[in-house]
Amino acid sequence: MTERELVIVGGGPAGLAAALAAGEAGVKDILLIERDQHLGGILNQCIHTGFGLHRFKAELTGPEYADRFVKTVEKAPEIEVSLRSFAVKLTGDRVITYLKPGAMEEVKARAVILATGCRERTREMIPICGSRPAGVYPAGLAQKMINLEGWIPGKEAVIVGSGDIGLIMARRMTLEGMKVKAVIEIQKTTRGLTRNVVQCLEDYGIPLHLRHKILKITGRDRVEKVEVVRVDDNFAGIPRSGFEIRCDTVLISVGLIPENELLEMAGAQIDPKTNGPLSARVNFTSIPGIFVCGNAFRVYDLADNVSLDSESAGRSAAEYLGKGSADRGNLS
Amino acid sequence: METCDVLIVGAGVTGAAIARELSRYKLKIFLLEKEVEAAFGVSKSNSGIIHAGTQNPPSSLKGRLCVEGNRLIREELSKDLGLTFVQCGQLIVIFDLKDLPALEKIKKEGGELGVKGLEIVDRAWLDAREPNLGPEVKAALYAPTAGIVSPYRFVYALVENAAANGVELKTSHKVTAIRRVDEGGARFEVEAGGETYRTRFLVNAAGLFADEISALAGAPSFKITPRKGEEYLLDKKRGHLVNHIIFPLPSENSKGILIIKTSDGNPMIGPTAHETGDKADLSTTDEGLAEALAGARRMMPSISRGDIIAYFAGLRPACGRDFVIRREDAAPGLITAAGIQSPGLTAAPAIAVMAADILKTHGLGLEPKKEFHRLRPRPAHLFQIPPEETKRLIAKNPAYGDIVCRCEMVSAVEIRDAIKRGARTLDGVKFRTRAQSGRCHGGFCTTRIIKIMREELGLPVTEITKRGPGSELIKGERI
Repeated sequence: MTERELVIVGGGPAGLAAALAAGEAGVKDILLIERDQHLGGILNQCIHTGFGLHRFKAELTGPEYADRFVKTVEKAPEIEVSLRSFAVKLTGDRVITYLKPGAMEEVKARAVILATGCRERTREMIPICGSRPAGVYPAGLAQKMINLEGWIPGKEAVIVGSGDIGLIMARRMTLEGMKVKAVIEIQKTTRGLTRNVVQCLEDYGIPLHLRHKILKITGRDRVEKVEVVRVDDNFAGIPRSGFEIRCDTVLISVGLIPENELLEMAGAQIDPKTNGPLSARVNFTSIPGIFVCGNAFRVYDLADNVSLDSESAGRSAAEYLGKGSADRGNLS
Repeated sequence: METCDVLIVGAGVTGAAIARELSRYKLKIFLLEKEVEAAFGVSKSNSGIIHAGTQNPPSSLKGRLCVEGNRLIREELSKDLGLTFVQCGQLIVIFDLKDLPALEKIKKEGGELGVKGLEIVDRAWLDAREPNLGPEVKAALYAPTAGIVSPYRFVYALVENAAANGVELKTSHKVTAIRRVDEGGARFEVEAGGETYRTRFLVNAAGLFADEISALAGAPSFKITPRKGEEYLLDKKRGHLVNHIIFPLPSENSKGILIIKTSDGNPMIGPTAHETGDKADLSTTDEGLAEALAGARRMMPSISRGDIIAYFAGLRPACGRDFVIRREDAAPGLITAAGIQSPGLTAAPAIAVMAADILKTHGLGLEPKKEFHRLRPRPAHLFQIPPEETKRLIAKNPAYGDIVCRCEMVSAVEIRDAIKRGARTLDGVKFRTRAQSGRCHGGFCTTRIIKIMREELGLPVTEITKRGPGSELIKGERI
């Protein structure tokens, strides 16, 4: 088992910002582990613009935004990056086990920052009944298929939920020649940013059905149609308000859940409602020396804010390690 | 034209078990499956319970074959085929002590059938061993020989072992015509998948479609009525909830809603039981969810809707109350194994022995092979092994450290191995490896799996399917 001052799990916007801030605050021995073969996390598939408006006063794409951090991390001598490295275990006394091609490593860290991001809520969690054909995708998976692989998932799509990823994907699929027939939102208002409703739906004439839900997905092998119904204030379907939309693709964009399985394994308290850490202070957990930042702490609207708060996690870890000015006694 | 001694229609658990049993003997055998992979019909939606053998009338085929199948799986097949069989035991719970005589009756009947270790247990026993049971539960019948397997991995193990012993599996071979012939010992000519097969004996293990196969062969003597069951799978994190397979006291038509701990650790609730006229109706419903939740929560109130991470429906190929296993006098040479609904998965190895006996009685020579490969090596799954073992595997093959599915910890080696063992679809990979079956439902790993399939199968991504033709995942590719 090797020993490290600080281990950061996750090389997306949160982990990158935390690593840089910890380094600046004086931590000299940082290991950043990332499961993908590139740093940048989910930003790599976000090829639309809108990143960096606050931080860099520039309108960047996701990969451009990530690149500004990645370049700095690569030059930072105190940060070692381990790619294709997948953390499988974390203990309460901060021993991390991770797998990478050719090795299983165990490292004992004096401090840990979990920057593990979030996952999408799925069709199964809503849940939508009916059959289970091909063509039902979480919106982020469809985004990855189109933007990173160049795969077009279908011809005619309906999007369930008006989260930002769903809205962005409505525009993206339209630009790729797919017909987006509707966005279905159970709430009275959209869940995404107003700018995304305007730029991704209204500019392309894509209908948004508020206070509606999908009753059922039909199709034996591939999606054939969905049944949509208006809902009342208790989200129950209103009789005879239903209609069908024929489509071969259904995207699910109904929210994100912080990924905290490692934190849970370590024995920290998790809020069962949000799946985020139970904590009075941003980035802190019930275990001293284990910090959580970015979407793993709580789901953010803007990457810029993820970077901002994650830098503070980096500094908090540095303080915990006795760097900087803070009084350690208050924290442990 | 292919000729053979025995042609088996249907590569579900029944057909696969019969193929494996007959592969001990010097016979030429084909196993035909209409779907693109084995186990893609009735078997894939099975709960995986290896029943102890209670709750079947002592005089029924179900009663005898279930107890014997349970014994064969426990004592022989689980080891020989490298199955993950967890002997967790089953409980039949009652909510009212007035029902104790009903439990006594099940215990007595089970005992007569040879079910071992049956015991009526009280609330104190239950509190010590199944602490999350609700206050309504008063007592239970405990059957220690019950257990659980992965239903599809059971079928794959049977098929792989049968193939290692010379059986030829032909997938995507739907039987379209059966003619009676009398040439060189052959009695049937079967058209399937664009090929013609001549065979002396025809075994009908066609599940939901057994009545149609029987009619094609000239013995239209029964009808299969599909009965749908919806099942709801809970997050592995809730695995600690339950230690046994828990049944309520059965009603006239159904074993009721159960709480099952699957062999992979996720609790599962269901199945419902409703007749449907449609052999393709695999839809889940709001009513089914409500019924499964209500049934499960009566036994274990802490189960909640938020625990559910997946759901599916299956169809039981019901044909009256008992299994139909017999030779068909109207079509000499035809053996029927139909109506194999619960406890069919448990009974399958015993059904196979019975089918072999019927074949022998009616003239099939069963001469043992000199070398029968009884053992099937157990595929390695990281999620099932301790860290030291993982370390050893990675040292042997670095790609075991290349994790594809992070929810269930599935490596690139396991995905490739699944394809080498016969996976042709995304579902086939999922059933064999668990990749995509965790809480993110493939959100993170699907593209990687598709790329590995593209490489291993030499197919463009537009031809990779979820479960066979028509279920293509990608409609176009930007090159």
